[in-house]
Amino acid sequence: MTNLQLLWFILIGVLFSGFFFLEGFDFGVGMLIKSFAKDDAERDVVIRTIGPHWDGNEVWLITAGGAMFASFPMWYATLFSGFYLVLFLILACLIFRGVSFEFRANMQTQTWKTFWEWAGTIGSGLAAFLFGMLFTAMIKGMPIDKNGDMTAHFTDYVNLFSIVGGVAVTVLCLVHGLNFIRLKTEGGLRDRARAWNRILYPVLFAGEVVFAILLYFSTDFFTKKPLSTTLIVVFLVIVTALAYWGVLGNHEWLSFVGSGLSLISVVVLIFNGLFPRVMVANNPAYSLLIKDSSNSPYTLHLMTILTFSILPIVLVYFIWSYWVFYKRLASPKQSA
Amino acid sequence: MLNVGLDILGLARFQFGMTTVFHFFFVPFSIGLAFVVAVMETMYAIKGDKDYKKMAQFWGKIFLYSFAVGVVTGIIQEFQFGMNWSEYSRFMGDIFGAPLAIEALAAFFMESTFIGMWMFTWNRFNKWVHVLFIWLVMFGSSLSALWILAANSFMQNPLGYIINQKTGHVQMVDFGAIVGNPQLWNEFPHVIFGSFVTAAFVIAGCAAWRLLKKDHVTFYRKSLQVALVIGLIFSLGSIASGDTQMRYLLNNQPMKVGAMEGLYKNSTEKGEWTAIAGFDTKAHKTTWSVDIPYVLNLLSYHKLTGTVEGMNQANKELHAKYDKKFGKDINYYVPTNTLFWSFRIMSGASALFALLAIVGLFMNRKKSQAIMNQRWFLYIMGLCLWLPFIVNTCGWFITEFGRYPWVVYGLLTIADAVSPNVSVASLLTSNIVYFLMFAGMGLVMIVLSHRTLKAGPDADNTDGYSASDAEIDPYSKGAFNHD
Ligand code: HDD
Ligand code: HEM
Ligand code: HEM
Repeated sequence: MTNLQLLWFILIGVLFSGFFFLEGFDFGVGMLIKSFAKDDAERDVVIRTIGPHWDGNEVWLITAGGAMFASFPMWYATLFSGFYLVLFLILACLIFRGVSFEFRANMQTQTWKTFWEWAGTIGSGLAAFLFGMLFTAMIKGMPIDKNGDMTAHFTDYVNLFSIVGGVAVTVLCLVHGLNFIRLKTEGGLRDRARAWNRILYPVLFAGEVVFAILLYFSTDFFTKKPLSTTLIVVFLVIVTALAYWGVLGNHEWLSFVGSGLSLISVVVLIFNGLFPRVMVANNPAYSLLIKDSSNSPYTLHLMTILTFSILPIVLVYFIWSYWVFYKRLASPKQSA
Repeated sequence: MLNVGLDILGLARFQFGMTTVFHFFFVPFSIGLAFVVAVMETMYAIKGDKDYKKMAQFWGKIFLYSFAVGVVTGIIQEFQFGMNWSEYSRFMGDIFGAPLAIEALAAFFMESTFIGMWMFTWNRFNKWVHVLFIWLVMFGSSLSALWILAANSFMQNPLGYIINQKTGHVQMVDFGAIVGNPQLWNEFPHVIFGSFVTAAFVIAGCAAWRLLKKDHVTFYRKSLQVALVIGLIFSLGSIASGDTQMRYLLNNQPMKVGAMEGLYKNSTEKGEWTAIAGFDTKAHKTTWSVDIPYVLNLLSYHKLTGTVEGMNQANKELHAKYDKKFGKDINYYVPTNTLFWSFRIMSGASALFALLAIVGLFMNRKKSQAIMNQRWFLYIMGLCLWLPFIVNTCGWFITEFGRYPWVVYGLLTIADAVSPNVSVASLLTSNIVYFLMFAGMGLVMIVLSHRTLKAGPDADNTDGYSASDAEIDPYSKGAFNHD
């Protein structure tokens, strides 16, 4: 494995971390449109918290996908064709929720407004669940052949482990979204978000424990890398606890950063466990390795130069755009 | 025409065609609208005339609908290479991944960030800063077109690569050659000009319908004016850049040109141009045709002499060149009818666009009421609002069907590119679901635009969001914590 290959493996991890940190709260806020917000005015506010940002956040996924193609095309090809149906459902969800915000705002009858609200809610929730499921199934090991083609059956995707993984990620996104709402609103919504998180955090803890146990039995993470895996799991639990403490003690930034770090540590856990592979096959001989899956040194080199010259500029205006919308949004009067 | 069966290859091809064509309804519309709206807002910034601000906000709304659909369909594009074309992804990864990743990094971030800024900050910034946002969106979307077309151009005309002997995959050796590909620099202006034409004539068409109803006459006449000026300039631009493309293809892909011009045999020195014709595609013969002498040479070489290579000869040359590697059995003939008629629609429409723009600008002179009295003209203008979408699709049909049987010209055939491990059932399901979703989104798009037009420029421009900022100063101490 060359240094460039290692760098790109890490970069892909960084991009997915960025994606889960940012789109995590988008998904969470999206899930809350229906049940959490009580009326139209509240829904306007809830959606508006992510209004200027969700598209930019989704670009992290697109960049991660593009970067994967640009650095590890074998990985991209195997993963995307192998998880065809899961990805197809994810795309459908992303499409529905993507147009739902714009469409809902412009609907005139209540029925259609409601339709797009559900589209946003279900699209966000299911997308989060499916992402969780996909990554959990991926680390468990899949039927991959010599050519790198994966032909998985239903139970390869959908089993206890992957469902728990999906649910855990969904709940994580949900609390992350609530923490975001606590930061971005003022009044009734802000208080309610805190109240919800008081209840949700214990659920999340339970989920994390079950996930860790299943991780032990379903993957080789604890046998191959006992120390680092344990450390990351412990870190995950600690940041979750800190975030919970931020809920109880009403430290909003702490909660938000905490739930964001929990999502990032899940990504780190996965990438740490994968290394030095990119795809785990049932038959270890066919696992895809970093060293065999990458592009040529020329392309990696080129991409490195380009990425490190473009990304800083992007980060500047990306962060600036959050700064511009720094102000909290008022909760509508009736619920304050 | 599509020549697809219910197998993996057929379904994957159908899916690619369907999703990309749908994506490309909205892409040129968004790029073009961003440009037109930017022009309008700039005029507001310069002249201070509130009407122009209203125009920017009004057409900006339709831009936002289009953008939303463009974005969500784009994600399918990005994923489907891995999902449906895994062999292609492995083969092309070294070349294709780079532009795709740069597109996301350099263009999509810019677009998506600044569109949010533009949408939500109408009254927050100095008007010049606000104008800058929409220009950045416009710049970002053109940049995205540039990078994706760089990838597409490699497929049309591979340059700057070697074949890796161990893996058999292409490998990049010269990034400069990939970005400098002449195919790209022919394609890019044509696509961008086509986008401006698209937005211009859709706006002109919408305005025409409203004028027929005598609704907000001043507002829509002004919009029409801006649209037609842009429309005229860039339909001429499309013709000029299309012409360059054509002449470039003469040397590079003679089979494509042969099919576009309906030539099986080489043309004679007299350069007869086939205006319309019927073809027997099995026997590789033209059954009937209406020919006009010399026009072909004028079009192809800008002079009266010369001959253009026909498909039969192109076929022979392709066999001579590739049989050793790909075997004798490959059919190199491209779908003649599709290319021939697509080309006629595209070039005919360009002429129509230019004509409409000239006549419309004449009738819409400040002092004249001609545009209001000549209702037939407004009807035609209104109907032509659908034409740009058809034209764009025709253009891509030429480009994409015209490189049959290759995915990557001369290197990889379509049959070798598809994912072998995806089942027919999965593909069928996704095709049907995508189709239904597209139909739904297209419908909503039309209904929303229609409603926006009916509500008119004086309707609420806050885009339906009633949220307001809290009355606290975010920078004061304690703003982010309860006490
Ligand atoms: C409104 C849009 C529009 C208009 C008015 C035109 N075109 Fe076009 N054309 C396109 C929109 C387009 C396109 C959809 O954007 C394509 C597809 C690929 C490309 O580069 O642009 C295209 C492709 C395309 C190609 C194939 C390029 C290739 O395969 O590499 C040729 C030869 C032309 N065009 C030629 C013309 C000519 C001679 C025109 C006028 C007389 C013309 N086009 C008007
Ligand atoms: C710019 C990037 C593009 C790339 C990389 C690309 C690539 C491809 C690939 C891989 C296929 C499938 C293989 C094949 O059938 O040849 C395909 C087919 C097709 N593409 Fe493109 N394409 C691009 C743009 C477009 C656009 C913008 C359109 C139309 C609006 C388009 C129209 C089609 C059609 C109609 C087919 C189906 C052809 C068939 O079934 O044989 N393409 N393209
Ligand atoms: C087949 C290859 C293509 C791929 C993989 C692709 C990918 C994408 C993706 C992922 C997005 C969403 C970006 C976001 O979330 O902000 C998008 C949108 C966009 N794409 Fe494509 N695209 C393809 C074809 C094209 C072509 C041929 C063009 C232009 C010539 C184009 C221009 C754009 C533009 C301008 C947008 C912004 C959305 C809009 O303005 O409607 N794309 N594309």
